[in-house]
Amino acid sequence: MSVLLIAEHNNKELRPFTLNAATAASQIDNEVHAVIIGHNCEEAAKALSKLEFVKKVIQVEATHYENFVAENFAPVILKLADNYSHIISSANTFGKNLMPRIAAALDTSQISDITKVITPDTFLRPIYAGNAFATVKSKDTKKCVTIRPTSFDACESSGGSAPIEKAQASEEFLKTKFVKREEVKSDRPELGTARVVVSGGRGMQSGDNFKLITSLADKLNAAIGASRAAVDAGYISNDHQVGQTGKVVVPDLYIAVGISGAIQHLAGMKESKVIVAINKDGEAPIFSVADYGLEADLFEAVPQFLDELNKLNTIQK
Amino acid sequence: MKILVAVKRVIDYNVQIRVKEDNSGVVTDNVKMSTNPPDDNAIEEAVKIKEAGKATEVVAVSIGEEKAQETVRKALAVGADRGILVKTEGVVEPLSVSKLLQKIVEKEKPDLVFMGKQAIDDDCNQTGQMLSALLNWPQATFASKIEIKDGKLEVTREIDEGLETIEINVPAIVTCDLRLNEPRYASLPNIMKAKKKPIEQLNASDLGVDISPRIEQIKVVEPPKRKAGIKVSSVSELVQKLKNEAKVI
Repeated sequence: MSVLLIAEHNNKELRPFTLNAATAASQIDNEVHAVIIGHNCEEAAKALSKLEFVKKVIQVEATHYENFVAENFAPVILKLADNYSHIISSANTFGKNLMPRIAAALDTSQISDITKVITPDTFLRPIYAGNAFATVKSKDTKKCVTIRPTSFDACESSGGSAPIEKAQASEEFLKTKFVKREEVKSDRPELGTARVVVSGGRGMQSGDNFKLITSLADKLNAAIGASRAAVDAGYISNDHQVGQTGKVVVPDLYIAVGISGAIQHLAGMKESKVIVAINKDGEAPIFSVADYGLEADLFEAVPQFLDELNKLNTIQK
Repeated sequence: MKILVAVKRVIDYNVQIRVKEDNSGVVTDNVKMSTNPPDDNAIEEAVKIKEAGKATEVVAVSIGEEKAQETVRKALAVGADRGILVKTEGVVEPLSVSKLLQKIVEKEKPDLVFMGKQAIDDDCNQTGQMLSALLNWPQATFASKIEIKDGKLEVTREIDEGLETIEINVPAIVTCDLRLNEPRYASLPNIMKAKKKPIEQLNASDLGVDISPRIEQIKVVEPPKRKAGIKVSSVSELVQKLKNEAKVI
């Protein structure tokens, strides 16, 4: 039995959740091999070979792998699949797009978005946006599993020295063509991995008022989040959305400002270590998950919050 | 161009679900059911394409128990031309759903198959991709914009890093994100008209597909409850607590 981990990368470096997936893979079996499919991805392959838990790296290169098209990636994995009992990746948009294409071709019923490895064939996974957790056992001989990255610690990124093997590319799938990617660039910590997240909701009332969230986030070196209501209202772009249909975040500190706490938003943040809610409606459901709730008008409370933080800094100096 | 849209009947998204006392699953008796939200976006997009004169027929298909007929009927009320219900009982895993859909695709020969990117009950996010694999068709998942250009589709996809655009040949599968469009409400006259539209009923067993589950659901439990927090009376108290008690700032 051994596990094939599909690495996620941008051809230069590994994407951080590959490290969490490696940890999950190691909990299934010690023999973790990692495959990296890309174009000029030498550096990323080297980084992969240094990961704790990774015993072998398989590198597959071709120009048609430059943009991670699932229709091109799946045949590569299928050629390698014979040697493995499990195929594993992160349940982010990369893994979600790719893994079912592999599973169906292998006639395997995939297990999505696990939060815990119980035994090599039994896993825990959230259903109904985290409002229930199912323990499920796979009866398939080959298992395709995607993991929720925030539920597994990142492995060490150094110390390993796995050999890198090259494997042959598969033919290009000509009916799908990559056109372009528009990445949202920011100097802030990334929402999915930030230690502190400050989120705004419909209570912000306008996109302009989101400046308050930005200032607070600047002060705390935090990522900026938003509820679906705020995104739908056009206050902020959708890559900031936290929740069932957005990102799931698990920061040390989550500050929800003007967010009522719809079920789908809670699903994306309620595992955070410390939750603060600022809302003028004392009955808002967000208070039921908040460690510290402040029932107040956010337009008064947030500027005060900034003042207090400034004072704190002065004292520390 | 003919568009097949797959729709799923799920517990309504506004319902706070409850876990059964014997931990065998989630309570569904006497619970409000609706169309899986992103499947509404899939129907809406198909109907819009037809209204723009770029499609000739929209067929809605659901796989599920007898009552899933309501879900198909709702799709007919917002503009689908006819429906198909493949009757099944119990849990049907995405792999089985995609095999059943493959049979329907072989029979109906659509140019496009649309469906929601994910069902909000099992949260699997698999069926569209699996169907594309079985048919060896292109897949455009998590679509937030679809443009038809010279018989090809240009699709903008919602990915973690931002947006990605791909061009795919037809026939193809598209799984729809909630941001794709704003689903319309069915008007009363259209609900009445939908009652006259045909729904073909099939049994899963007639399609010659093994749909027995491969995954055993051992138990379903409620998520761990968060310890009840406290209300603070002022911003300065909040900051003191965060600094001295929680030690996070």
